[in-house]
Amino acid sequence: MEIKVLGPGCANCQDLERRVKQALSELNLEAKVTKVTDFAEIGKYIMMTPGVVIDEKVYHEGKPLPRVEQIKTWLQAVGK
Amino acid sequence: MFKWFADLVTYDLLRLPKGTHLADSLNFFLYDVPKIYFLLIVVVFFVAIVRTFLPPERIRKMLSHKKEFVGNILAAGLGIFTPFCTCSAIPLFIGMLESGVPLGVTMSFLVASPTVNEVALILLWGLFGWQVALTYIVSGLTIAVVSGLIIGRLKLEKEIEPFVFQVKQVKTDSKGTMTWKERLNYAVEYVKEIFAQVWLYVMLGVGLGALIHGYVPVDFVTQYAGRGNPFAVLIAVVIGVPLYSNAAGTIPVVQALIGKGLQLGTTLAFMMAVTALSLPEFIILRKVLKPKLLLTFFGTVALGIIAIGYLFNLIF
Repeated sequence: MEIKVLGPGCANCQDLERRVKQALSELNLEAKVTKVTDFAEIGKYIMMTPGVVIDEKVYHEGKPLPRVEQIKTWLQAVGK
Repeated sequence: MFKWFADLVTYDLLRLPKGTHLADSLNFFLYDVPKIYFLLIVVVFFVAIVRTFLPPERIRKMLSHKKEFVGNILAAGLGIFTPFCTCSAIPLFIGMLESGVPLGVTMSFLVASPTVNEVALILLWGLFGWQVALTYIVSGLTIAVVSGLIIGRLKLEKEIEPFVFQVKQVKTDSKGTMTWKERLNYAVEYVKEIFAQVWLYVMLGVGLGALIHGYVPVDFVTQYAGRGNPFAVLIAVVIGVPLYSNAAGTIPVVQALIGKGLQLGTTLAFMMAVTALSLPEFIILRKVLKPKLLLTFFGTVALGIIAIGYLFNLIF
């Protein structure tokens, strides 16, 4: 599983990355988490930052941030 | 209901005598703060529900290949429901152009979105009455539409950094439609987020208002930026542009300015200058706009705000 957290580095994006990592550790899952800060790259996927892309599929974009529980459901769905 | 609560606390619980400055100020504060909080929660909740029907994908589809004018008005209108933070300005810009939204229409959206939104509307309504709120919304939309039209007419597409057109959207499966449970969840989260951002500003704004209401009868700003000064609006915009805040953040300042006798047009111009144009946005938009287009964009919007300011000073 490959996870991308998209955002230029504002407080929201950092918070989102933290939540993704927390969701992973709570599920005892291993995944590569990449922080994407390049605007050209972000623009490929979403229009509102921050965003979450799992295996090249957009799961979230914009505010408010998804809750850890929500992220866990995505991870479980993809992990199966 | 709110009046009852304010009276209960001021006159019955604290037993303050009616008609004193302290009692008046406290009563005003206790009446306004819960009222505005209530309005905020209700309206933001409903706007959030509407937003769940307007994901960025759909907005992009609605605006792509739209004719000028119709497109500009639609973009400005959609801007009311979709606030974005400065970090989103670039992906938004790229995404819109990539899917064929004309430059001028995109600009209308970029101006309307941070300027005109439900939070500004409620705060202005709660503090200054619906006339001021309506005036603000209508003038914000007008500036967004007109500046977008002008930029569209100037044919400045070549002044966009070329990499913007090379970004190719990754085709992803749509997330499907949300269930009502998800929509409600989203709205609740959104209300929480907005409330966390705004509650303090509301208190500060109303607190200042309460102080002015009870204590400060004389005006002082009027001497410098009031009716007698033809440059008042200009000064307000020059001060407002470098400041960076959202609509809520400007409210305490606006409250103080109006309370001290600043004219409505000048005050609205200040508020719009702060929300529509900001230094961080200027710097961040430089990544996609060449200097000429960037300056045209900021110049057009600034002129629009100045014009609106003078217009309302003349009318009111």
